[in-house]
Amino acid sequence: MVHKYKLMGLNIVMDIYSGAVHIVDDCFYDIMDVIGGEFDKTADYSEKLVPLKTKYSEKEVAESFAELKKLVDEEQLYTDDFYADIAAKWNKKSVVKALCLHIAHDCNLRCKYCFASTGDYHQGRRGLMSAEVGKAAIDFVIKNSGTRRNIEIDYFGGEPLMNFGVVKEITEYAKAEGAKHNKNFRFTITTNGVLLNDEIKAYVNENMSNIVLSLDGTKETNDRMRVRVDGKGCYDQIVPKFIDIAESRNQDNYYVRGTFTAENLHFADDVMHMADLGFLQTSVEPVVAPESESYALTEEHLETVCAEYEKLAKLYIDRRREGRPFNFFHFMIDLNQGPCVVKRLSGCGAGHEYIAVTPEGDIYPCHQFVGNTDFKMGSVMTGEFDENIKSTFEKSNIYTKPDCSECFAKFYCSGGCSANAFNFNNDINKPYKLACEFERKRVECAIAIEAIKAMEGLQ
Amino acid sequence: MTHVKTLNTAVLKDSVKRGACGECQTSCQSACKTSCTVANQKCEQLKK
Repeated sequence: MVHKYKLMGLNIVMDIYSGAVHIVDDCFYDIMDVIGGEFDKTADYSEKLVPLKTKYSEKEVAESFAELKKLVDEEQLYTDDFYADIAAKWNKKSVVKALCLHIAHDCNLRCKYCFASTGDYHQGRRGLMSAEVGKAAIDFVIKNSGTRRNIEIDYFGGEPLMNFGVVKEITEYAKAEGAKHNKNFRFTITTNGVLLNDEIKAYVNENMSNIVLSLDGTKETNDRMRVRVDGKGCYDQIVPKFIDIAESRNQDNYYVRGTFTAENLHFADDVMHMADLGFLQTSVEPVVAPESESYALTEEHLETVCAEYEKLAKLYIDRRREGRPFNFFHFMIDLNQGPCVVKRLSGCGAGHEYIAVTPEGDIYPCHQFVGNTDFKMGSVMTGEFDENIKSTFEKSNIYTKPDCSECFAKFYCSGGCSANAFNFNNDINKPYKLACEFERKRVECAIAIEAIKAMEGLQ
Repeated sequence: MTHVKTLNTAVLKDSVKRGACGECQTSCQSACKTSCTVANQKCEQLKK
């Protein structure tokens, strides 16, 4: 299976099952059009190539075709599906290796697009996790992580800084218990920044491998959605703190992360604003909301959003050419040292490797499922863990998702977000189509960026 | 090769040989909270 496209002045060819990426000239590209989707090693293509000789010299066509055949022989082009067998024998026995701890089902902002209903997760009650529940969650993951050494804890909310004393207590407990049980805990925290201060900064910098700082972009964009309880935007309050903590972490191991909606479709401007503020680690993601919401992204926005990703990709490369690079999360693809195939087949791990824990200690497949009691998997307080739900998620992979079979991006997104699939299609094995379209465009841009970086020796 | 430049080789197929140690980061623990991307994660074995 191959995917070929033109972007940023390049002819790009992705060989899906080998993972190889090639940059080809026009003659090679046109020959691939003649061949079609599959290469038949026994076929004689000479007649079919004749029309190309009006556009290219006979030597060019012959050379290109010979090079194409060489790549086929080296299993770097038109490769077959090597992995169907792995998928057919799929019997993944996962261990829980990552927790999303809902430290606070409460928030000091009232962001208009909040999927967590500004903190209460549609449950009508706000609450903070106790240290007792947090420690039980640590005990739970130690007990259920088998021989897995690296364990991740993400402090999430609502707004986790509203309960930072408990964050510290859980962190210290995890470090102490980890030492006893040969577990290496890595901590991350996601915050809106309102309560960020020097004391919290010092603790986070000492203990957390990553911090996600919520900011949507320009003041106008950010303050349209991210508002305080008094209705005013939070940009002026948080941006100086975010600049300070990013600098204190040497501009690494953090992300400023935003959300774009139908109300700021020109999100490339927002990403560039983040870069102009000096942030080197950025991420802006499409809002996920029912179409009934005025700010929801729908099919009608697809063309604009895809064009915006292309615009951002060009600006991104321009900055690198100017010697002022920054990173955008969804354009970061490591073509040589990325994850193994098993990881790429299975995806994010929600519901079997990754679980969310509510302030009460209830377990859900991930933060996006919290509040949907059909997906309540158990409790860290009792140790109960629903193996049936776990198994449903464990079994899900690219090959259980029919829509992925012909998709060129499947080894880059791993079948997409299970929660989005369920929320839009009532089935974790039926990916959310609009998100797929966005992902395909991001992958195309990311690979074009990697190609230009490699060809021009850019950082 | 004069008509094609290969950026990487068969990394995906080769990765099968590494096995699946499971020590890598869980995808949703970074900046992605709603739009899953896995290919920007690092392999824990290759990171060393």
